[in-house]
Amino acid sequence: MTKRQKIISVILLALVYAAVFVMEQVIPAQAMLFTVLKKGAIYALVAVSMNLLNGFTGLFSLGQAGFMLIGAYVYGIFTIPTEMRTSVYQYFDGGVIQFTVPVLLAIVLAGVAAAIAAALIGFPALRLKSDYLAIATLGFAEILRAIFQWDKLGPVTNGSNLLRKFPTFNDFNITNADGDVVIYLSTLVPFLIVGVCIFLIVLLINSSYGRVFRAIRDDERAAEAMGVNLFAHKEISFVVSSFFAGIGGALLAMYQMTIQASAFKSAMTYEILLIVVIGGIGSVTGSCIGSFLFIAASEWWLRGLDSGTFLGITAPTIFRSGFRKVVFAVIIMVIVLFYRKGLMGDKEFSVARIAGRFRRLFRRRAPAEKGATK
Amino acid sequence: MLKITDLKVNYGGIEAVKGISFDVPEGKIVTLIGANGAGKSTILKSISGIVKPSSGRIEFLGTDITSKDAAFIVGKGVTLVPEGRKIFPDLTVLENLRIGAYMRRDDLTEDLDWVYGLFPRLKERAWQAGGTLSGGEQQMLAVARALMSRPKLIMMDEPSLGLAPLIVRGIFDIMREINKRGVTILLVEQNANMALQAADFAYVMETGRITMSGTGNELLNNPAVKAAYLGT
Repeated sequence: MTKRQKIISVILLALVYAAVFVMEQVIPAQAMLFTVLKKGAIYALVAVSMNLLNGFTGLFSLGQAGFMLIGAYVYGIFTIPTEMRTSVYQYFDGGVIQFTVPVLLAIVLAGVAAAIAAALIGFPALRLKSDYLAIATLGFAEILRAIFQWDKLGPVTNGSNLLRKFPTFNDFNITNADGDVVIYLSTLVPFLIVGVCIFLIVLLINSSYGRVFRAIRDDERAAEAMGVNLFAHKEISFVVSSFFAGIGGALLAMYQMTIQASAFKSAMTYEILLIVVIGGIGSVTGSCIGSFLFIAASEWWLRGLDSGTFLGITAPTIFRSGFRKVVFAVIIMVIVLFYRKGLMGDKEFSVARIAGRFRRLFRRRAPAEKGATK
Repeated sequence: MLKITDLKVNYGGIEAVKGISFDVPEGKIVTLIGANGAGKSTILKSISGIVKPSSGRIEFLGTDITSKDAAFIVGKGVTLVPEGRKIFPDLTVLENLRIGAYMRRDDLTEDLDWVYGLFPRLKERAWQAGGTLSGGEQQMLAVARALMSRPKLIMMDEPSLGLAPLIVRGIFDIMREINKRGVTILLVEQNANMALQAADFAYVMETGRITMSGTGNELLNNPAVKAAYLGT
């Protein structure tokens, strides 16, 4: 990237954030747009973290929902206000933990806890290859889900009951003395957190570690022959990916306002995998774009398919509960068959490429310039 | 420099190497020739630490490197150019070279200049993805990548595989050039003719054993070798 391209990218990003801020002040907070933006941002972070592992290191892991679960619980457990604990942990005498930590610290702790769990299971699991690693991590996530619902751990996890009353995104809004919101920040703050996290992942990918990750993905044996410590690098990638999945879990808890272990099913991992595939395996910007598209489609645009009216057509016999999933399945099949590389392939979104394309459109006599990017 | 004593390796359920001993003296080009399945590649893999031998001893510059990690062995100065090149297709040429220097923490400018001098083609294509190079260029990249670790001993597994005769000649010329710079070379080849011409010393392998040895010229003129490997 040249200096000019960097400046343009920074300006574009700043514009996106400014737009989010302005929209939030102008548009009513209940609008579907904000659901999409918040959930989309969270899924973008988790998708990028999965892409770091699956797309850049070539480790096919399906444990994302498990690490999100750890993150969500750690966040909830450490942030429920002490005076609320008796009502939340009503079956467990208010629980054993009777202190809280600041929200941002709790989010970081959520990541750290997920990272520690990943480091531990990485020792046996990362010695496995491809499909076996996927099965092992999937199994691990399922086991976690059962453990967090275990009654004996109730004083900490509240068993199979909900965790609630912890600070949510709405607590980022600035209110006046009467409790009315003066400045809305409930979308901007998660956007900022996700932005910082993705930026850190991009720094890692572009570092010498990232180069080694991609070498391992391309040819493990050859990387080993060059003296690369395979296990150490796989472990780093796995731990970092899980760290950010944990943060994603904490953010998801804030978004949903309640935490329940049973919600972190393998279906959640598949949704994220789908986003990674739609966006393009090995493309960070692809994962981000894919995430917002996926969430917008599933939460908003295709809603009518489940509730009777879609695109102005009312057909309750066809458009009824569950039809959305059928349409989604078809979309997935089309993507896998015809767009195997996803929206972005393994390329990144770049202003220069788009500018180059426009220039070619408008300048008819000039032959297509090759290599407008890089 | 490299001393192998009674090496046995089980690979893929069979005993691929059945107790062999040989030496690679410093500053020389030594070659192992033999038919498919003779165990040549397995020997290189066990020297470089990718495959663990079942018994025997591998000594490099007085250090026992038997069954050590590949990283340790590369750090000692032994680098493998794997069979089939195995460059990283999605990394650029320059990134491939940087991975080659993975074990080093010092400045790479001088080494990059050196390998670009040996292979000017790679300099032209520094920003191209490795996978888009032609077969010959990929082989150059594989050799250059191995050189980036500043090896004392470079082991090449079938560098002529699938390349046009003219390109093969070029690769062998470069090999001599590298050798003149003081890098010892252990070469595994099926192209016995080229290998014996280049080698100071050669071993002939058959099904896991060394059956003959001698200087390159001796073996070139040996009637048995001629009949079995040179096709004359």
